[in-house]
Amino acid sequence: MTATALPDTDPPVTRSWYARNKLAITPWLFLIPAMIFFLIYVIAPIFQSIWISFYEWDGLGAAEWVGARNYVELMDDDRFYTSLWNNVLWLLLYMLAVPAGLFVALFLNQTVTGMRIYKSMFFFPFVISQVVVGLIFTWFYNPDFGVVGQVWQFFGATPPSILGDERYVTYGIIAAGLWPQIAYCMILYLTGLNNVAADQIEAGRLDGAKGWKMLWYVVLPQLKPATFIAVVVTVIGALRSFDMIAIMTQGGPYGSSNVLAYYMYETALSEYGYRMGYGSAIATVLFLIMLIYISYFLYRMYQDEKGAR
Amino acid sequence: MFPKPIEKSGVATQFAYKVFLPIALIIWLLPLLAIVATSVRPPSDINTGNVFGWPSSFQIIENYTAVFTQSEATTYFLNSFKITIPTVILSVSLACLSGYALAIYKFRAALPLFFIFVAGNFVPFQILMVPVRDLSVKTGLYDTVTGLVLFHAAFQTGFCTLFMRNFIKALPFDLIESARIEGVGEFKIFWYLVLPLVRPAIAALAVLIFTFIWNDFFWATVLTQGEASKPITAGVRALNGQFVNNWHLVSAASLLAAVPPVAMFFLMQRHFIAGLTLGAVK
Repeated sequence: MTATALPDTDPPVTRSWYARNKLAITPWLFLIPAMIFFLIYVIAPIFQSIWISFYEWDGLGAAEWVGARNYVELMDDDRFYTSLWNNVLWLLLYMLAVPAGLFVALFLNQTVTGMRIYKSMFFFPFVISQVVVGLIFTWFYNPDFGVVGQVWQFFGATPPSILGDERYVTYGIIAAGLWPQIAYCMILYLTGLNNVAADQIEAGRLDGAKGWKMLWYVVLPQLKPATFIAVVVTVIGALRSFDMIAIMTQGGPYGSSNVLAYYMYETALSEYGYRMGYGSAIATVLFLIMLIYISYFLYRMYQDEKGAR
Repeated sequence: MFPKPIEKSGVATQFAYKVFLPIALIIWLLPLLAIVATSVRPPSDINTGNVFGWPSSFQIIENYTAVFTQSEATTYFLNSFKITIPTVILSVSLACLSGYALAIYKFRAALPLFFIFVAGNFVPFQILMVPVRDLSVKTGLYDTVTGLVLFHAAFQTGFCTLFMRNFIKALPFDLIESARIEGVGEFKIFWYLVLPLVRPAIAALAVLIFTFIWNDFFWATVLTQGEASKPITAGVRALNGQFVNNWHLVSAASLLAAVPPVAMFFLMQRHFIAGLTLGAVK
């Protein structure tokens, strides 16, 4: 009787193989379902796409191996360069969401009555679908009956057709995209501000720091984790931009508001033809750009993990 | 607290702040308010150019019922629920298991596997598009609700695993250690000890994934074709083509599409924000 209360001192030979290797086997039992799903739908398709990018394929018939021809064609494709350039614009201008979100968060970080309602109302744009945001802004920008049109007419000016003009269209869509993104950054910063150490602020105040100086030297360093995540989600949001473009312009006029994500879709799956191979080549380029950010993010995570042990 | 609490400022500043706050909110939500106003207008308002001012009459019931009677909106809505709810259940369940494995057990593959889940969560959708569509066509899952559910669940598993693993990692490990010494089986530890403790994480993930999937548009366009399996996001776009120049109906439909995630957000606000920031800021 006493022997069973003291395990492992004299392990019985009858212990099954599972019992002996329990700690080595169990994690895999827990992991297998998620791994199978992830492998089939995420990991394998990445490699398949890269593979398909070396083929000319309409998605139905036989695929023809063309080597690097799709990539060579990309190098001479004006529409590809327009999309790439627009992606750069998205990346740069989308970054405005980070300081703008911080600004709104600072404005809202008070404890006036009803503040919670205000905070959630400011967060509103992030909760609604980008399809709806796109529709709202298409209507908002309409030169004939949209809000922009009405405001311009009120001042007696001819309203610009923001979504119909190659010069403005990308900026117009980015501005629409910033609306929910600022809300997202705002919520990250509001949570960050909640965790700012009060004693450091007080110490800063005693040292005579206030306003911008306090923000820059005392508050912002403490908001670093929030800033990091805000930048990460904004970069990813910028490179993923698809919904807004599909809803607002479909890449037009004349492909001037296209981005890689939409151009890829258009090439592979639309009335312009089913060029799966060429589309996959565009997707591969987009993936490689994203991979830079993914690697950076993983590197940061790895540093944290090492520090945690 | 930063910035300085407004109560410590003069009466004038406090007053100015309280006046400016609602004005700022109205400006911030102006695009949304404009579409709310449009959704209750009679069609004559739009034809006569009264789109910015006060509606000449309120046709709330007429417009909102017209969305359902004149289109497939009911089907779209049902599809959205049929896609979103199973996805939430499936991806959160998978992630509870995988997150537990990656957080509790120390084995060499744990960190690389975790990083694969994290990286997969960030890839652009387009790199998956052609093979996933092809796979769905070949398995007969193209243009079905099930096809969308399986893909979404698989993809969201990346984010959910990241979230769950970090949450479980922060739990006191002694608890599990002492349960093991007591001789409790590994699955029982997971089921009776860890699962009750991660309930807040499950709630946070559930609302987040609900919103993400409800709002998905890309996969809805890539993996569906007909009306039978289209969710509301793709549906709203179809309506936009169908209701040309009927902006009051398009507005009403868009707002209806936004109701479930907004309701979810307001009901579960604490969990929603905890989810957004906890998954992010460790």
